[in-house]
Amino acid sequence: MITGAEQLSCQELVELVTSYLEGALPAADRERFDAHIATCDGCDRYLDQMRATIRLTGALRPADLAPNEERKLLAAFADWKAH
Amino acid sequence: MDDTAAIAGLRARDERVFAELMRMYNASLLRVAQIYVATRAVAEDVVQETWIGVLNGIDRFEGRSSLKTWIFRILTNIAKTRGQRERRTVPLSSLERPDGVPEPAVDPDRFLPLDHERAPGHWAAKPEPWPEERLLAQETLGVVEAAIETLPPAQRAVISLRDLEGWSAEETRNALEITETNQRVLLHRARSKVRQALEDYFTEGG
Repeated sequence: MITGAEQLSCQELVELVTSYLEGALPAADRERFDAHIATCDGCDRYLDQMRATIRLTGALRPADLAPNEERKLLAAFADWKAH
Repeated sequence: MDDTAAIAGLRARDERVFAELMRMYNASLLRVAQIYVATRAVAEDVVQETWIGVLNGIDRFEGRSSLKTWIFRILTNIAKTRGQRERRTVPLSSLERPDGVPEPAVDPDRFLPLDHERAPGHWAAKPEPWPEERLLAQETLGVVEAAIETLPPAQRAVISLRDLEGWSAEETRNALEITETNQRVLLHRARSKVRQALEDYFTEGG
């Protein structure tokens, strides 16, 4: 995934954020990631913004089916029950 | 409501249990169906057929998987069949091979060129702070919702299940029948685009 022992660039780091948050980075890559954000304001902020994005998505309410769809389904249920 | 109660309720033909399961899963079922079929109307048909399949199959359900996984497997089977009938193959291939088209998380122009002497690939225009007080405003949530709606269906389904519904990576992967890596790639692209939409919104509104 990351070649060589050199430091991560910011452009590489932004592609690893989800793997980092998922705990899916190999230990060596995780260390480089941590070392990078410790000294890079831009990437530290970027990581915070990805976390905020996840929180905001979690604050949305799931959209429901249109009410007439739900009525149709309950009618199907009643039909099924009758058989 | 746990699986045991839900299964017993359905088998006893308890309408309240059915209605509650619908409320729990309809939105997710609809989003997953939209990966495979072209229109919302067809996706709603698929969801309806799924519930009928659930009702018809519940007496024979052996509980080898969770009820949720089983319901989504029924949906996926129905949606795939409908999708094939519609000859809709592009979104399927995007589910199976999310690496097909590279989509950078951040516009490459935001970084210094790779042949830059001092700091190749470093931010040229780093992210600006977001206004804390606007983060949970209703309008901001509207931006997030709109951004999710414009994602390709596979990305929209993954971010909905993971971040909106709070499913685990494994549950999501099972429901969509995709690999762990593909799940993560789709999630990464989806989250990156929603973050970008928020940044655009806060910058313009600044």
